[in-house]
Amino acid sequence: MRTLRELDAARWRVALGLTAVMVVLYFGFVLLVAYGREVLAVQVVPGLTLGILLGALVIVISWVLTWVYVRWAAAHYDPGVRALDRERTP
Amino acid sequence: MIQGQAGTSIGEPNAVAMLFFFAFISITLGITWWAARRTRTTEQFYAAGRTVSAGQNGFALAGDYMSAASFLGIAGLVSTTGFDGLIYSTGWLVGWPVVLFLIAEPLRNLGRYTFSDVVAIRLRQTPVRLAAALGTLATVTLYLIAQMVGAGGLIRLMFGLSYETAIVLVGMVMIGYVLFGGMIATTWVQIVKAFLLMSGALLLALLVLLRFGLNPAALFAEAARQYGAGVLVPGKLVSNPLDAISLGIALMFGTAGLPHILMRFYTVPDARAARASVFVATGLIGLFYLLTFVLGFGAMVLVGPDTIRAVDPGGNMAAPLLAELLGGTPFLGFIAAVAFATILAVVAGLTLSGAAALSHDLWVSVVRAGHADPREQLLVARVATLALGVVAVALGITFKGQNVAFMVSLAFAIAASANFPALILSIFWRGYTTAGAVTSMVLGTVLTLVLIYLSPTLQVDILHHDSAWFPLKNPALITVPLSFAAGIVVSLLAPEPAAAVGYDALERRMHLGGDH
Repeated sequence: MRTLRELDAARWRVALGLTAVMVVLYFGFVLLVAYGREVLAVQVVPGLTLGILLGALVIVISWVLTWVYVRWAAAHYDPGVRALDRERTP
Repeated sequence: MIQGQAGTSIGEPNAVAMLFFFAFISITLGITWWAARRTRTTEQFYAAGRTVSAGQNGFALAGDYMSAASFLGIAGLVSTTGFDGLIYSTGWLVGWPVVLFLIAEPLRNLGRYTFSDVVAIRLRQTPVRLAAALGTLATVTLYLIAQMVGAGGLIRLMFGLSYETAIVLVGMVMIGYVLFGGMIATTWVQIVKAFLLMSGALLLALLVLLRFGLNPAALFAEAARQYGAGVLVPGKLVSNPLDAISLGIALMFGTAGLPHILMRFYTVPDARAARASVFVATGLIGLFYLLTFVLGFGAMVLVGPDTIRAVDPGGNMAAPLLAELLGGTPFLGFIAAVAFATILAVVAGLTLSGAAALSHDLWVSVVRAGHADPREQLLVARVATLALGVVAVALGITFKGQNVAFMVSLAFAIAASANFPALILSIFWRGYTTAGAVTSMVLGTVLTLVLIYLSPTLQVDILHHDSAWFPLKNPALITVPLSFAAGIVVSLLAPEPAAAVGYDALERRMHLGGDH
């Protein structure tokens, strides 16, 4: 049985980890826009530059990350909360 | 007048626009009448009785967030500058995962109506509530000014109404929603608006893509053929990387500090529903910003930047012009009505969150020290709504003709510097104190306002001075770390044992909910 403290630590680890991924993802994109103009000008297919593709990917990956968190919480966090709840009200 | 220029009927009375407009007003006022009979307690007025489902709240969050600026402004920016506009499309979304990971669930479990409920939970009420109200009202006021001035200009452009008439009309309808229907009516106005905006943008994007074999790359290639490959790569917008990073910090962490967004998490039954609603909202908002890629380049290729600038130098009419070109006057009418609904919904959400700060945080918690009877609370909430609505109209008229676009990013900067650090530290750190929280929130608000006044945005662009004392257009790069540092240092210098003891109960309630 996990304690509240362990549940709390697990949630913050996942939450801060995913926030760090977001920070790297978005500010990486901004820095690439600022310093990597030539890289972003590469055309993946005619018309679709790497810049437009990566911009779209930042949006899509952001959403996928929210899905990852929701899945994690349903699989690991919610059962922990329910177990602590039962413990409290026998 | 601009009518007739470039062969558009924008700004002329448009029967279809009027029809959609009156249909929207009738439906939403009908909802308000229905909601008014269900708004008898403060819990119903501020939090819709906590009965909004996760899916509904996802749509309402999207409706609260996607302003006319994102719909018309970004489409216009992409259509006139190309790739540079897309930097905004991504920036406006990246705050949402942060809201989910760090804020949504603790907020739902710990608070009742406002974010300052959470900050004040184990600290001394009066100083924390006063400081939090300062941050909330500064954010809401700046956001409201930008929305009202934008609303007056847009409605004048689209329907040919005078600026003042447009502002008063928006103010009256919005006050009607919030005053009588509270959060229940506001929520449904947001849902209807989000649905209309998404379907309008989807339909418009589909009509664009049908001309390019449903292949976005073919559209981008055509843009490059007509206007040079430069429109597909970063241009002049990010000439100073520090500026871009500073704006990015404001957008990413400011979303998690916007009072009208945070308030929506109290409308769902529990933390799991709060979590699911952010997932839905992020999907909707992300899809919408992806569509702005197509709408912007579509307007560039099919309408042309010169025509767009001839109708409105700011480029705001790119999407309506595109709609007129592809679907004729009826589709223009529909898109114009959608833009109007968008403005109304955002203004209603802002006013409700401002009213909650005035009545719940200041009147009930500070003046009455938490001992106001329910009827008085509801009355004060309604008086605050009316007062804020009148103030919003007055501000809209006062700032007529001013360049207020910067005020939205300023509102994000204050939300990121004043509200976000206080919220994070209060739920994350046992050692946080009343003095630390107050210092952090007051410093975050005041320093942001001072630095924006000294920035090139105000000194050079608006006051037309040659240079500015502070180099960054958005101060978040400085103010967010300073606000965190001030909160931590002041808390460490003077520990508050009672607050540390209270943290155990807070931790328990953060995970297990309010009944424990």
